[in-house]
Amino acid sequence: MSVFKIAGRELSSRLLLGTGGLPNLALLPDVIAAAEPGMVTVSMRRTSSTAAGGLLETLRAAKVPILPNTAGCLSAREAVLTAQLAREALETDWVKLEVIGDETSLMPDAVELVEAAEQLVRKGFTVLPYATDDPVLARRLEDAGCAAVMPLGSPIGSGLGILNPHAIEAIVAAVDVPVVLDAGVGTASDAALAMELGCSAVLAATAVTRADDPVAMARALRLAVEAGHTARGAGRIPRQAVARASSPMEGRIA
Amino acid sequence: MRITVNGEPMEVGGTVADLLEARTGDRRPSGVAVAVAEEIVPRDDWAERSLQDGDVVEIVTAVQGG
Repeated sequence: MSVFKIAGRELSSRLLLGTGGLPNLALLPDVIAAAEPGMVTVSMRRTSSTAAGGLLETLRAAKVPILPNTAGCLSAREAVLTAQLAREALETDWVKLEVIGDETSLMPDAVELVEAAEQLVRKGFTVLPYATDDPVLARRLEDAGCAAVMPLGSPIGSGLGILNPHAIEAIVAAVDVPVVLDAGVGTASDAALAMELGCSAVLAATAVTRADDPVAMARALRLAVEAGHTARGAGRIPRQAVARASSPMEGRIA
Repeated sequence: MRITVNGEPMEVGGTVADLLEARTGDRRPSGVAVAVAEEIVPRDDWAERSLQDGDVVEIVTAVQGG
């Protein structure tokens, strides 16, 4: 696939992988080997609440770049502090910025998101914000200095795919920074569609980690992202309501 | 001296490094970050930064997440 960069940094793949939801950490090396992701996301939590269980060692052994997120943060203040903690703990100034509005819908809080993005950009972070599928918000985030925008296809963990493909296309048209489809991917066709719509990359977590066979789904998503990206470049035929023969009409018998 | 560590009250004294040693067995654990009163305490300051009565300390690390 063609070279893919965010903030000038070349990533090896257009598939980004979330690690949340995997029932058994022992599966992670095989999942990463099958997905070949450009980056892998992690969350930041209090040391006592969840055993780290060698997660960082596993990711470092796989030599995959780590992208910390601010999952679970409900305000700009929490998200900025979490990003700073992640930078200190993981020695990266990249952050997948999540500021959710409530714990039921898990939908991004656009107001707090823009505020947090502005603060983090000022502090020198490379900010990749998780956003609603709104081209106006995407442009606001780009104006704030974000290195990419990550619109949702549908709610986190829902597996509903891309509910509004026109909005994703509008975001691709609205911003110059890479668009990474985040949230909602349920299976390979969702990831392929995201790429066909013009996204630069896809982030998938639950689609892989909660699949019956996470390793097989990791491979499927890798292939789907490649297929969708190649198809986007190939240029699809226009849709039309009437048939158009591909075989010659001349020379038919009888 | 009473401080709050990851939301729970603790009776401890000393520095951030002393607290980390008590909780993790390591004065300078990797993959960990510390905030006191919502301010990051850089790794290189852990050994010098004394905890004060009433401090609210957060000690975080990476876990699986999307």
